[in-house]
Amino acid sequence: MTQDNHNNAYKFGMVIDLDKCTGCGSCMVSCMSENNVPFKEDESNKRDSITWMRVYKLTNGKSFPDTEIAYLPRPCQHCGGEGDHGHSPCVSVCPATATDYGYDTGIVSQIYTRCFGCRYCMGACPYHARYFNWWDPKWPEGMEKYLSPDVSPRMRGIVEKCSFCYHRYQAARDKAYYHGDKDHIKEEDYQTACTTACPSNAITFGDLNNPAHKVHQIVKPDPHPDPRNHHVVGKSRNPKVFRLLERLGTNPKVYYLSEREWVRKQGDHYLEGEWDKIKNHHGTTSHG
Amino acid sequence: MSELENKAKNDSTISAGEKIAQKIKDDKGLGQGVILFIIAFVVCFAGSTLLFPKLLYSKKEQPFNFDHYLHVYEAGDCEACHYLREDGSFSGIPKLETCMECHVEEPLGVTDDEVVFVKEYLAKDKEIPWHVYAKQPDCVFFSHAGHIDTGARMDFNECHGPIEETKTSRTYEENRITGYSRDIWGKNIFGIKKNSWDRMKMDDCAKCHKEETGHQGYCFQCHK
Repeated sequence: MTQDNHNNAYKFGMVIDLDKCTGCGSCMVSCMSENNVPFKEDESNKRDSITWMRVYKLTNGKSFPDTEIAYLPRPCQHCGGEGDHGHSPCVSVCPATATDYGYDTGIVSQIYTRCFGCRYCMGACPYHARYFNWWDPKWPEGMEKYLSPDVSPRMRGIVEKCSFCYHRYQAARDKAYYHGDKDHIKEEDYQTACTTACPSNAITFGDLNNPAHKVHQIVKPDPHPDPRNHHVVGKSRNPKVFRLLERLGTNPKVYYLSEREWVRKQGDHYLEGEWDKIKNHHGTTSHG
Repeated sequence: MSELENKAKNDSTISAGEKIAQKIKDDKGLGQGVILFIIAFVVCFAGSTLLFPKLLYSKKEQPFNFDHYLHVYEAGDCEACHYLREDGSFSGIPKLETCMECHVEEPLGVTDDEVVFVKEYLAKDKEIPWHVYAKQPDCVFFSHAGHIDTGARMDFNECHGPIEETKTSRTYEENRITGYSRDIWGKNIFGIKKNSWDRMKMDDCAKCHKEETGHQGYCFQCHK
């Protein structure tokens, strides 16, 4: 071993402010164009369309005049798996090692040339973040010239998903190499396409391990396992922040922020009366 | 005495070793089989090594001959044309614009290749469609910044061979099935590697990474 290739590990993550999100769909559009996602003749056919980033509509279920609406953008959650050890649901089931967990970045990869399309990962993903290519992508004539050369296009018969715009990380790392500081990628040098496209700045992206990064300051991830469930690591110490299906122990790196209690409640399924016991529990130190 | 009796008498007089030797001598069928097998093996072996590469790879000539030796001599070093940009990306094969920093108006030199360059590309302001020997498949991300002086301090030759000494551009060979350059698999059809630049498959990247960094890297380190 003569070269040092191990930087202090990053843990890239995202926090989305659902009170700022207007549901405009800019994140979805920017994601598709950034990542060469093919569009379909009928995008309303959800069994066929591919949306790495997808905006869901939430409602509090009350009738007028108490109706409230919120929108929830959902990229790949880049789960750390139980105990945050890298055993993401999709990674642990892939028979082809076409998806792995990058311990240096915390990002779950998807290697299109390796995938043979068994779709086991799609079944394992609790967030429906993975999509199958039922057809080869078809671009209107001339449009293939507008494809990004930094992202490999996919073919029929394989699975794809959000990569946290990994090619932007690769570019940022190249830049860091050039400037002689390969271990410190600047916050502004690596931002995902959806983050930069959001007109209301609802999305904040950065290194969850770095206290100087905005995402860390908002989320304040708890480094200790949740005393109620040891599989859960990195629970937010901010009472307004939650993760989707957090109690599963998948440890997603995508956090959501909302002032509204009914929105936070929609992050998981709760039995009657369960929510009231859980809602005030936020990480170890906030209890202290 | 009948013939049979004679044989029986003779048999009893010769040793066991001679008997076996006689048996092998008589067994002419086996010998022919072995010879046939060897011939078939040689034919198939020769066919696969000589004919198969010709079937698998199509040959393409470069638009015109490029003299690396001369250009390195005139321009001083590799970085004059192949350099890192300030954002850390690699310039790769220079565009016409870079060529025109020296090749302005008057042709430099009197070779036929210079005539092709000036008439076909410079005059028409058309980019030269070079075939890139080292071009990796589409799914591969390679960081020059991470490997050369700014990173692992590797020498250009380690991957590209002694390219600065070449005076002619060799024929580009393209895999008919995958469309990849032959340099990825390597010239040797069995994948035997003598020099570090002979082959540039994923295993070669992973091997070096494992030796140099202690880990072959996660998928996304080299994939996109």
